[in-house]
Amino acid sequence: MSPFPRRRRPAYGSVGLCSGRALPLAVSCVLFSGNAAFAQSGTSIFAPAATPARSIFDLSMLVLGVTLAIFLIVGGLLLYALIRYRSRPEHSDREPAQIYGSNQIELSWTVIPILIVVTLFLSTTRVILGTQAIPKPDTAMNVTVIGHQFWWEYRYPSLGVVTANELHIPTSDPAHPTPTYLTMSSADTDHSFWVPRLAGKTDVIPNQINTMWIDPEQPGLYLGQCAQYCGAQHAKMLLRVYAQSPGEFSAWIEQQRQPAVQDFAGNPVAAEGQAVFMHNACINCHAIVGTVATGRFGPDLTHLASRDTIASGAFQNTPRNLRQWIDNPNSMKPGSLMPAMHLNDHDLDVITAYLTQLR
Amino acid sequence: MRDATTIPIESPLETPWTLPYRGTVGMACLIIAESAIFLIFVVAYIFYIGKSLTGPTPAQVLELPIFGTVCLLSSSITVHFAVAALRKSKLRAFTVWLAGTVLLGSIFLLTTAREWYHLIHDEGLTIQTNLFGTTYYSLVGLHATHVVVGLIMLSLALGFSLSGLVTEEHSEKLETLSLYWHFVDAVWIVVFTVVYVVGR
Amino acid sequence: MSTTYAVEGIDGTPATQQSRPPLNVVFEWLTTVDHKKIGLMYITYALIFLVIGGVQAVLMRIQLAVSNNHFVSPQVFNRLFTMHGTTMIFFVAMPIVFGWGNYLVPLMIGARDMAFPRLNAFSFWISAFAGLLLYFSYVGASGLYAAGSAPDVGWFAYAPLTARVFSPGHSTDYWTLAVFLSGIGSIGTCLNFATTIISMRCKGMKMSKMPLLVWLYLVMSGLVFVTISPLTAAQIMLTMDRYLGSHFFDTQAGGSAVLWMHFFWIFGHPEVYVLILPSFAIINEVVPVFSRKAIFGYPTMVAASVGIGFISTSVWAHHMFSVGMGAAANTFFVFATMVISVPTGMKIFNWLATIWGGKVIFATPMLFCIGFLFQFLIAGLTGIMLGSAPFDWQLTNSYFVVAHFHYVIVGGILFAVFAAFYYWYPKVTGRMLSETLGKWHFWLFVIGFHLTFDFMHIPGILGMPRRIYTYEASRGWDGLNMIVGIGTVFQAVGILVFVYNMVHSYFKGKEAGPDPWDAWTLEWSTSSPPPDYNFAVLPAVKSRRPLWDLKHPEDPDSDYE
Repeated sequence: MSPFPRRRRPAYGSVGLCSGRALPLAVSCVLFSGNAAFAQSGTSIFAPAATPARSIFDLSMLVLGVTLAIFLIVGGLLLYALIRYRSRPEHSDREPAQIYGSNQIELSWTVIPILIVVTLFLSTTRVILGTQAIPKPDTAMNVTVIGHQFWWEYRYPSLGVVTANELHIPTSDPAHPTPTYLTMSSADTDHSFWVPRLAGKTDVIPNQINTMWIDPEQPGLYLGQCAQYCGAQHAKMLLRVYAQSPGEFSAWIEQQRQPAVQDFAGNPVAAEGQAVFMHNACINCHAIVGTVATGRFGPDLTHLASRDTIASGAFQNTPRNLRQWIDNPNSMKPGSLMPAMHLNDHDLDVITAYLTQLR
Repeated sequence: MRDATTIPIESPLETPWTLPYRGTVGMACLIIAESAIFLIFVVAYIFYIGKSLTGPTPAQVLELPIFGTVCLLSSSITVHFAVAALRKSKLRAFTVWLAGTVLLGSIFLLTTAREWYHLIHDEGLTIQTNLFGTTYYSLVGLHATHVVVGLIMLSLALGFSLSGLVTEEHSEKLETLSLYWHFVDAVWIVVFTVVYVVGR
Repeated sequence: MSTTYAVEGIDGTPATQQSRPPLNVVFEWLTTVDHKKIGLMYITYALIFLVIGGVQAVLMRIQLAVSNNHFVSPQVFNRLFTMHGTTMIFFVAMPIVFGWGNYLVPLMIGARDMAFPRLNAFSFWISAFAGLLLYFSYVGASGLYAAGSAPDVGWFAYAPLTARVFSPGHSTDYWTLAVFLSGIGSIGTCLNFATTIISMRCKGMKMSKMPLLVWLYLVMSGLVFVTISPLTAAQIMLTMDRYLGSHFFDTQAGGSAVLWMHFFWIFGHPEVYVLILPSFAIINEVVPVFSRKAIFGYPTMVAASVGIGFISTSVWAHHMFSVGMGAAANTFFVFATMVISVPTGMKIFNWLATIWGGKVIFATPMLFCIGFLFQFLIAGLTGIMLGSAPFDWQLTNSYFVVAHFHYVIVGGILFAVFAAFYYWYPKVTGRMLSETLGKWHFWLFVIGFHLTFDFMHIPGILGMPRRIYTYEASRGWDGLNMIVGIGTVFQAVGILVFVYNMVHSYFKGKEAGPDPWDAWTLEWSTSSPPPDYNFAVLPAVKSRRPLWDLKHPEDPDSDYE
């Protein structure tokens, strides 16, 4: 039986010249050209450096492959139909055969997509379970992440360390995995923790605890930023994850566990800076372990000088930047919640000298 | 034996062409949309059961509003009789049943008002108190608002009827209005179950 | 046997143009309840806001063209993306879809107007007011804290960012109220569509004989009832939180930020189907006419459309894969999202089969349909990528998503809307749009569209989140953002050509007559423009293409349906 049961007048047939719309094909080439270009970017999702990112990458290659195939087939057929059946002057007075449908054809193009959907669904489920439904190993490093407007707070509960904005974690040897488990919540609005080379993003939500894990093998600095709009300075709530070899990580922990530097015997400027700091409103928001500063609204400053950046990765940690930040945060990050402290030049100088000593 | 070619085929131009009454269809659409709004408030209520951090719980302060419920559900019956009477041109019966509907609906509102007064003044439960207060007043309040709108429309119809302006011709329109009223009652059944039975 | 067709013929009377005092004309338009005029007001309103929203987009692209730019402040940028999104969805896309439906549906079903003409007018005016209210926020929202101006919470206004403590002043309230009022208008309009389609079809037009455009507007209306209402409810809750001290989304009192997300996306996802179904409707009408063939698989198209409507209400949390719903919920929503691709794919294949074996005429309406077909295909495929939750954990909230949804909305919906303009402008005005200018519009816009939105996928893959007013130079996103920005220039010029075409052709365009495209549905049997009463004699139909039957009496469609 003919697959076209309700054909009427015969269609004419002759092949015309090719005048393709190459645009869609070029576009797909551009979109999917070369992992090499992507791998050079420090935040490319196609340059995985940890297991969660890698399993996503593998899945994404399958999905991209399937969708590319669908695009080439369907797009190709469409292009062909447009060229082959374009109107030609010699046919201007005839209508083509009116075909109203065909159950067999429509069935086939229902069944095939269903099969594709099932395949993609099963592959996807496997990765979901492999990331979200596996038990936490005993060797995991636990870090508590608290999102703030517009900075990140990190606590290592078992190690007694509190820091901000630069997350240090040990690398993980695949033979004896030591993944880092992040337990996350927010102190104010929604945020999202996204370091593309390590894992997909997980939102950081008030009154809710979300967990994720990362296990980079190679030491290095992995970059990311907040990925859920959280207010004026969402754009500069950057993430810096320092993966360190176990030895270096232990050394870093040891340093962070020390109370703040208090001995300024040879440095009267810094000593004065400490006194000015402790007599100002700074102590209401910031904590420096071992002093009267115990505020938790802003980042912990105990080891501020050990960090590469300030203002959540937005600026290099130099005395000049630090001084300007303390003087007027809104000149660097408009909308930041730290108020301008209205200190005079002398106080600014000495406080900066103090803070740069807090390694 | 009949030849197949002579069997008359019904032309669509000759058969009577009737489509549903506009008012009924329009009201059905409105009811679907309103149901969706109520559904969201009900979902919020159910989601927050037991999650209040402080304050009185439903079990502590809520009592079954039996009398009000009976009044409201009875008003569905009275409005049904009213429309039936109007269809048979029994105008006086229509007016009486309609008045009964308005009366029963108003009694329901009064019982709700009394309940709220008790909750606010004696139990200290307001919309700000806790999650229970928030979801309770919003859900029951949304329903009460719909009752008020329905009562206004029914009272208007009653006023027209008392002025002798309503006839059997208007029965479809009154039926549309009664559909709305039935919807309001059906919503109350859901609210009653969720708030006073399940949630307590 | 003899068959009589009650579609008397095609009315070729040219419309009489009487000149009347301008004040009378204005008053007539302000007080009209005629579906055609209301439809045109919706469309004009939407075009004005399209230009405004487009300007907002251009400003954002200038700010993002290079890293660490200082073209606008972060506060202004945050308002720009909030207003751009809110404007485009609620005051461009919805009105334009409602406008075309208002104009076409009664004509296509052989009716003289919508079921509730006054409700129709009310729905338009309340939506129009809502748009003005939203923009009034630029001047009126300063409030007590002088911390106002236009809303800056993003078009989806996540809690608790919208709480009083994080958004003082009244800017958020302008957002809430404007969108709330436009929702009332939407429900009113769709109540009208549904009632008109169910209760006012002409004789012989059973549901199975309606044009597919009418079917799709019916499904869209049903979807609007169950989709706008959740947003309305959530906005009531938000306003109560902000002003009555309730705790719906107050995380300090045990409330849930995620609950807002669920309510919003229960609206938000079906909303995009509300927008795309009328676009499918336009394609269903235009492609057959310019392929000179009946639509392939009408019953399947109806079933697929209804199926899409139903399934779209169950996929919403694919916008929330990263909020921590757990593996079970994530898996369910992956499944539902992937399932919806099946009926959507069927529609694409049916369009392909309609073209296949036909006689394709590359007039401007068809060019835009072809653009739609390729672009919607790509958009659907990137949608499948996003539907795979782990892949989505990387792609969500990045520029990949922004590229995807603009691909659907601009590459899909807007292209279909352009096709509608070129196809039905002759019916509305009695004059043809210039084909030359139409082709300029098409090619400029296609080039601009692809420059902007193809390249926009890449920064997403390279880790660029959305809603950021600037980015670090070291990220490597500069060049791509620059290309994205350049594309907007082409699109803007294309729109200018389009507007000029419409204005110029109104006065100088070729006379169209009632049926310039040799089409087959009832609107082409009236004069162009149609008289106020649409049909002197209400038609009766026997098939899905009454004018085909008229033009081919020896071989009518009714023999085959």
